[in-house]
Amino acid sequence: MARNIKLRIWRGDSTDGGLKDVVVEANEGEVVLDVIHRVQATQMGDLAVRWNCKAGKCGSCSMEINGKPRLACMTQVASFGEEETITVTPLRAFPIIKDLVTDVSFNYKKAMEIPAYEHPKELAPGQARMEQIDVERSQEFRKCIECFLCQDVCHVVRDHEENKKSFAGPRFFIRIAELDMHPLDMLKNRKKTAQEEHGLGMCNITKCCTEVCPEHIRITDNAIIPMKERVVDIKYDPARWLGSKIRRREGL
Amino acid sequence: MSGVFSPTRAKIKERTLRTDKWWLQPLITFGVLFSFIIYATFRAFENANYFVEPLISPFYSPCLSQACVAGSTIAGFTPVSAHVLNFALSPALIILIFPLGFRMTCYYYRKAYYRAFWLSPPACAVAEPHEKYTGETRAPLIFQNAHRWFFYAGLVFNVFLTYDAIISFKNDQGQWGHMSVGSLVLLISSSLLWFYSLSCHTCRHTVGGRLKHFSKHPVRYKLWTWVSILNHKHQQFAWYSLAAVAFADIYVREVATGAWTNFYFF
Amino acid sequence: MTIERHNYDVLIIGAGGAGLRAAVEAREAGLRVAIICKSLFGKAHTVMAEGGAAASMGNVNDNDNWMVHFRDTMRGGKFLSHFRMAELHAKEAPDRIWELETWGALFDRTKEGKISQRNFGGHEYPRLAHVGDRTGLELIRTMQQKIVALQQKDGRETGDMESGIKVFAELTVTDILKENGKISGAYGYWRESGAEVLFEAPAVVIATGGVGKTFKITSNSWEGTGDGHALALKAGANLVDMEFLQFHPTGMVWPPSVRGILVTESVRGEGGVLTNNLGERFMFKYIPDVFKDKYADNEAEADRWYEDQDNNRRPPELLPRDEVARAINTEVKSGRGTEHGGVFLDVSKRIPAETIKKRLPSMWHQFYELAGVDITKEAMEVGPTCHYVMGGVEVDPDTAAAVGVPGLFAAGEVAGGMHGSNRLGGNSLTDLLVFGRRAGAAAAVYVKSNGKNPVSEGAVAAAAAKIQAPFDREGGENSYSLHAELQEITHNLVGIIRTGTELKEAIEKIAEIRKRSANVSVSGGRKFNPGFHLAFDLDNMLLVAEATAKSAINREESRGGHTRDDFPVMNDKWRQINNISSFDGNKVNIREQALPAMPKALFDLFDIHELEKYMTPEEIAKGGSN
Repeated sequence: MARNIKLRIWRGDSTDGGLKDVVVEANEGEVVLDVIHRVQATQMGDLAVRWNCKAGKCGSCSMEINGKPRLACMTQVASFGEEETITVTPLRAFPIIKDLVTDVSFNYKKAMEIPAYEHPKELAPGQARMEQIDVERSQEFRKCIECFLCQDVCHVVRDHEENKKSFAGPRFFIRIAELDMHPLDMLKNRKKTAQEEHGLGMCNITKCCTEVCPEHIRITDNAIIPMKERVVDIKYDPARWLGSKIRRREGL
Repeated sequence: MSGVFSPTRAKIKERTLRTDKWWLQPLITFGVLFSFIIYATFRAFENANYFVEPLISPFYSPCLSQACVAGSTIAGFTPVSAHVLNFALSPALIILIFPLGFRMTCYYYRKAYYRAFWLSPPACAVAEPHEKYTGETRAPLIFQNAHRWFFYAGLVFNVFLTYDAIISFKNDQGQWGHMSVGSLVLLISSSLLWFYSLSCHTCRHTVGGRLKHFSKHPVRYKLWTWVSILNHKHQQFAWYSLAAVAFADIYVREVATGAWTNFYFF
Repeated sequence: MTIERHNYDVLIIGAGGAGLRAAVEAREAGLRVAIICKSLFGKAHTVMAEGGAAASMGNVNDNDNWMVHFRDTMRGGKFLSHFRMAELHAKEAPDRIWELETWGALFDRTKEGKISQRNFGGHEYPRLAHVGDRTGLELIRTMQQKIVALQQKDGRETGDMESGIKVFAELTVTDILKENGKISGAYGYWRESGAEVLFEAPAVVIATGGVGKTFKITSNSWEGTGDGHALALKAGANLVDMEFLQFHPTGMVWPPSVRGILVTESVRGEGGVLTNNLGERFMFKYIPDVFKDKYADNEAEADRWYEDQDNNRRPPELLPRDEVARAINTEVKSGRGTEHGGVFLDVSKRIPAETIKKRLPSMWHQFYELAGVDITKEAMEVGPTCHYVMGGVEVDPDTAAAVGVPGLFAAGEVAGGMHGSNRLGGNSLTDLLVFGRRAGAAAAVYVKSNGKNPVSEGAVAAAAAKIQAPFDREGGENSYSLHAELQEITHNLVGIIRTGTELKEAIEKIAEIRKRSANVSVSGGRKFNPGFHLAFDLDNMLLVAEATAKSAINREESRGGHTRDDFPVMNDKWRQINNISSFDGNKVNIREQALPAMPKALFDLFDIHELEKYMTPEEIAKGGSN
């Protein structure tokens, strides 16, 4: 039950580019990545697109489809109207390389800025004991497939290039939250650096990161807001601050 | 040119390529919130029609001013003068800052009004109009971090409003054991306020979210799980409670002016 | 033209589990390490592993230990595994898992707070450490973050976070370079720009994963093009037993968007029925004699089994994987398959929609979200899918050093020997860790004792010429269509069931495509040009396909992941033989090599009656080597 569909694909590089119309065959059950591959194999041999697992598990085929950041492998052609033109563009928050491929190195740089996990020195391998309920919060964040759709949609950097140097982005806020909630992590100052170095305060919790997350991680409710509250504990709450000076409180 | 029009980005001239009605949600939010603000401002300054035995409007409770009408105070407790610098102070103005502050700093409403009023951003993947953006890192928005203080204050207000709902189970002669549409209205609005407060992110943090090891605090973990379930619905509770409080005020006002009659079930 | 040059101690090709583990080990030994990956950092195929990582920690059942795990592995591989690899793997797997925990991994827990372990096919005890159904992702992420931790340490010491380990993402290696018979580096190009890069390094670790893309239907991603297998062959290393490929009987074949993606065995366990295009429930025709007493020969009894398992025989859909795969294959080849070359697997007629959604939630979601197929209403089309290659680079078990090429190491799926003729589920994730670490450590030792080995300009020029070639040709072959042709050949002739005549035909056809591939031309520029990228992948896949077909025609028996219709049973003689592939510059040659015999200490771990099923009386009498 093949039919022809209309696609508008952004083609170009850092110097110039624009949307190109193509008509391509689509079969029942296909996803947008399938038809892009068909365009590649039959009409545009050098159309650049990133992809990998094609099962929503690796987070490579991030792009914007009808203006929304999505994984192309998880977007059904059938979810659009019969006559609708599907517009496919590269991620608009990152520098363009070519066609649908952008330079996502920003994210890897940010990853290197988040201080790593610190294991308790006295716990040799195999000695760690953790309760399931204590690891579950962090496990949610470790579902992240690093598709960087949240980084792409976040207006803090999408709409303000200059903020990139001081803002780690939702993906790395969940990384910080994951470590801060990790039952064994020994590093003490994650809340402070989250606010002072990684730009947690820049977030105005408009929740677009949560809306686009293909893993359905509740980024804002479960990571960013809890981290903001933890920051309030140490920075903006006089009572707690005083309390922490008088006696060491668990969790601070 | 900044943002999506920065020189390094793919050259696309549209601010967004979204084809759905992305503008609808912020428009509705704007409409509803704006109407509420207009109405609430009018009511706060009206300084009348907020009490009719046994009902008090949630906008005016607790009524702490010497100007409060008879019967609306809590056992005559009126620590605040009726005038400030020759200005006749509505009792609502003394207290509204607390529920207002709670909602203004609420993590849900922040999303709603940053999008609908400040267009920052208007919707996901729709370029915002502002040149600069610093988020909640400096004054005045850094004061959003005071949310928990408003949360605590909000709890105190919930106690008062619940008290109001309880004493509304009287007839207009002050005798117990009666129930009117008005008591139902106050009961619903105060209950929804509890749900709104208890589902709040700060509440979730305070009861257990701040802990590193749930396993060492089983009771707080249990509380945290319950609050987490409510927290999923925080947005709904925010709107329901807002509507309920507004309606409670309208109801009291209409009964006080005599436009509506407070129907008694028994 | 000046080309980009880098100088490292150890070069790691592949950033999956094995590559990253090797990188960590080499860096911790004080060496400077470059990691090269074809896609972005952290996207390797390892993320697809769901079930878990097998390690006999004994957290759930304390009867488990390395000896039990070793026995399970040898049995699973039908006694063709290299005993020493299976032994090292079983012994070291628990340490490798615990080590991940010290790097921040968060596995699911038992009630006592230990790492939880689950049951899996072929493992005697609950043994698989897991995180829901995303264990592979946890492994990759943990090591990715461990590498960042090492980089941060280097940053604190030298001021440059990339001074000790640098990741080169989206870079394809086209040649491994040698000088004076030893490894000197590698040559490749940035996928992004097409610009060429030279890496000088005296040690190279290949950790490139599998070869699935050689086949038409595979659960592998585009990266599984056998690059490491081919690079090693061209560098003078050997491949061992390339005929052994693991096919999962039920992968999706239609719609194309999900082609090859696994359909879990529990679909059949819950009552899924296999039918052909005549509507016939064909599995009843394929029950081998040895299973006749355990499997129902009529529908009525098979249906009753779901309700009453004590008084009825199992439905034949639940026969072992290779039997089911063989049956599906026969149906399709006899023209009773579906339009798209599969058979129907249907749960919708037997089970109420609500029950399907409750018992098979991830399957329902997988098809609904990925394919728009509602398995509660319609049948799935399924067929065998190429899943894993057991064969690979011949290595020294203790050091993961490739035999015959000083300075070359291989670990993970690209290395051969560990899994024999068939891999047990869960063993691959720990394989990556155990041998990734050993490869990194051995590479470090090698570099420290051998020192630098500079690349000659001649070698660079030759490698550069190869990359430019497809651009200089005009009107030549299209790499996409050659790839499709190759996949058609492997699918039809070197697939799950093989015969001598078909393999012979395949070998001829592959040779012909190889000839035509020398004339591949590429349109467009060098900048992120997938057609250009495929031209090099294609070359690798052709070499792998040739090695597979030639090994397959040589092995005249059926064992594990190699089934010959013309030699349908296991043969004790062949259990003692590895097929070794080597490359002479023109073609792949196969020679037979004796499989090392187990030492007495390991031999004695087995029940003698079990060994009698696999070994000759002489071997049994000898009782292992000494």
